[in-house]
Amino acid sequence: MGRYVVRRLLQMIPVFIGATFLIFLMVFALGDPVTGLFGDRAPDAATAARLRAEFNLDKPVWQQYVLYMGNIFTGDFGTAFNGRPVTELLADALPISFRLMLVAIVFEIVVGIVLGVVTGLRRGRAADTSVLMATLVVIAIPTFVLGTTLQFFLGVQLGWINPAVSPAARFDELIVPGIILALVSLAYVTRLTRTSIVENARADYVRTAVAKGLPRRRVTVRHLLRNSLIPVVTYLGADIGTLMAGAIVTERIFNIQGVGYQLYEGILRQNSPTVVGFVTVLVLIFLIANLLVDLLYAVLDPRIRYA
Amino acid sequence: MRKGTRLTMAVAGATAVGLLATSCGGGDDGYGGGDGGSTVRASWGDPQNPLEPANTNEVQGGKVMDMIFRGLKRYNPETAAAEDALAESIETEDQQNFTIKIKQGWTFSDGTEVMAKSFVDAWNYGANIENSQINSYFFQFIDGYADVHPEDEGAEPTADTMSGLEVVDDHTFTVRLTEPFSLWPDTLGYTAYSPLPQAFFDDHEAWLEKPVGNGPYMIDSYSRSQSMGLVKYDDYAGDDEARNDGVELRVYTDNNTAYTDLQAGNLDVIDDIPASQLKNVESDLGDRYINQPAGIIQTVSFPLYDDAWSGEDMVKVRQGLSMAINREEITAKIFADTRTPATDFTSPVLEESGGYEPDLCGDICEYDPEKAKEMIEDGGGLPGGTVTLTSNVDTGSHRQWMDAACNSINNALGDTGACTVNPVPTFADFRNQVTGDSMTGMFRSGWQMDYPLIQNFLQPLYYTDASSNDSGYSSPDFDDLVDRANSADDEDEAIDLFKQAQEVLRDDMPVIPLWYQNGTAGHSERVSDVKLNPFSVPVYTEVTVS
Repeated sequence: MGRYVVRRLLQMIPVFIGATFLIFLMVFALGDPVTGLFGDRAPDAATAARLRAEFNLDKPVWQQYVLYMGNIFTGDFGTAFNGRPVTELLADALPISFRLMLVAIVFEIVVGIVLGVVTGLRRGRAADTSVLMATLVVIAIPTFVLGTTLQFFLGVQLGWINPAVSPAARFDELIVPGIILALVSLAYVTRLTRTSIVENARADYVRTAVAKGLPRRRVTVRHLLRNSLIPVVTYLGADIGTLMAGAIVTERIFNIQGVGYQLYEGILRQNSPTVVGFVTVLVLIFLIANLLVDLLYAVLDPRIRYA
Repeated sequence: MRKGTRLTMAVAGATAVGLLATSCGGGDDGYGGGDGGSTVRASWGDPQNPLEPANTNEVQGGKVMDMIFRGLKRYNPETAAAEDALAESIETEDQQNFTIKIKQGWTFSDGTEVMAKSFVDAWNYGANIENSQINSYFFQFIDGYADVHPEDEGAEPTADTMSGLEVVDDHTFTVRLTEPFSLWPDTLGYTAYSPLPQAFFDDHEAWLEKPVGNGPYMIDSYSRSQSMGLVKYDDYAGDDEARNDGVELRVYTDNNTAYTDLQAGNLDVIDDIPASQLKNVESDLGDRYINQPAGIIQTVSFPLYDDAWSGEDMVKVRQGLSMAINREEITAKIFADTRTPATDFTSPVLEESGGYEPDLCGDICEYDPEKAKEMIEDGGGLPGGTVTLTSNVDTGSHRQWMDAACNSINNALGDTGACTVNPVPTFADFRNQVTGDSMTGMFRSGWQMDYPLIQNFLQPLYYTDASSNDSGYSSPDFDDLVDRANSADDEDEAIDLFKQAQEVLRDDMPVIPLWYQNGTAGHSERVSDVKLNPFSVPVYTEVTVS
């Protein structure tokens, strides 16, 4: 187990370097950002050159990358064009996106798995069909439409929530955005759980458990559900990263100043320190979430062993 | 059982992380200003650059600058006329050497007095290349600018201060320009010319965290890229003091959200109504919707550095293209009348006394498809039979109006492939292509005035090798008229000469005037007296809260 974790951690290093380099190249390929700072006016050459030197933009791309990576290991993620260190932006944005992700994932797990179990156990009945229909609808409607509609009805018409989330982004403010963010994944979790439950319901060990005379509740929760969760956990693990990084639409609708917003601004202003800094942290989150998922397998399925 | 424990631990771990995240965000809502009293809650965007006067060239940072700074002059929010603010008198004999006396009794909000030195130091700071200030070119007219801001890349400054600035006494200083510039005193209302307190130079980092100025408001709290709380500065010496207790600026990541927040009653003032709401804004807000001219003109430029576009007869093609664009329809359909078809190269905010000429362009800016086709054929047709229209498409409704303009041209020419749109993903990329002179067809150009003077709409854009002369236009006649206007003895004469220069532009048509852009805003029922100044920034000082 220990050796397995160490091996996985070591594997992260090339993935990390490769991913950051690719992102660096992509942002670099967008072109020179300095001209954009001057608005509709040609930059005066001397000031532009100063700014390029300040952000290392006057050097070849490989050298920029080496300088940047060197700084990262000393904890310096560079400076955004508005003069703020990227670490400060990260410290502001990450907790907010993390809370939003937490709300979404809890909602996904609780509602998604319950719906999945219920529909899986009642395959073909009315409850199953209607939930399947509902998930189809949710998957089909873009987040943008659902988000703005719900925001307008709950925020403006009924006045139950504030349409915009305050900078503090408390948990109670994040409930509605979290649900919007979770909806599509929720539909997938429901469907995954349902399929898995349906498959395993006919498995030998379930029949054995029933034959042993175990109570129905215990069979479902301890035996059937636990084994059926493996594909769901895989999905959820990957989803943690997606929810943190991919909340751009939801974050913009509800004015949440999280990772998605900072990435959006960074890309629009072609600010490579911001974009690469955030993506680097997201890559780390992805890698760690995936490692945790793999370790969770062993917890869920006693047959899986890591050496 | 062993496995069970592991699962429990995993859950406990996740909960602990969750609690940690919560503890960071508990407590109040994190907005700067208080809810009590008559504080105006207004929409804001994250400023692009650090907030300092000579480094702020966009409207979000400009909003704050306008609230916390006053310069020698201030532009009247209604008439756009330059009026004395801190200036007691600005005197000159030769339009080149100016003696500036400033009023006594003005203080920065840290209690220190505004003196002649505050201006001279600030201007020297803004001009110096070592400070990489984006607005430094504003000081280029002052003698000695070349020493502190050499033109060549990588060159080091040979002086710390500009020789053209001299402090005479605590409240007097003199300015020597490199050449006569009769309207120069009227440019002094621009943010870049604001005075700076000693604290700015003593501890620059700390000052940026919480800027200190001499305007009607002072900054109470500033959490970067989130919100800013401004309170009324009680010792403000000007006569445009705030009629409310303060302003709370809230950063919105998307203007649509700000609009929804306004509808829900959580926001008082929103400027720049999002394009997607323009259709319903009048029914939503009624008379709380503001749509008024601003000092912004949108144009389409031609790459005159390209031989294909600069030939003798090409002026007919350019004028023909101008007549092929249906401005009326585009401004009404796409912009919901928040743009007005342009008929000259300036802006209605200048008013006719300031040089705006509603009849300048005449037929050439009127939609006339038949005449357009005739003119283009007369001039030898489009180079290569086709033309592209290029712009960044990441903001505004650029994609939509470009499609419409191209359609309009294609219909006029009876050729569906004559004009095609060339979208560029980001503004920075677009500007790189434009400033790199690599355009081969028409491209979007726009101008938001720095100060409400006709000079600002003409000289930086069309004078030979001027800073924003994107089309590479060069006309000795135009240059000569501008030079004469700048050294004219009085303002009326200067404006008259600039108007003649505009006629040269009309006849050469290096750019097609499209439309004048309006400023839009909306406000809640809680506040009244909301209006926009000619820079399309709300005049926060005049907003009253009921």
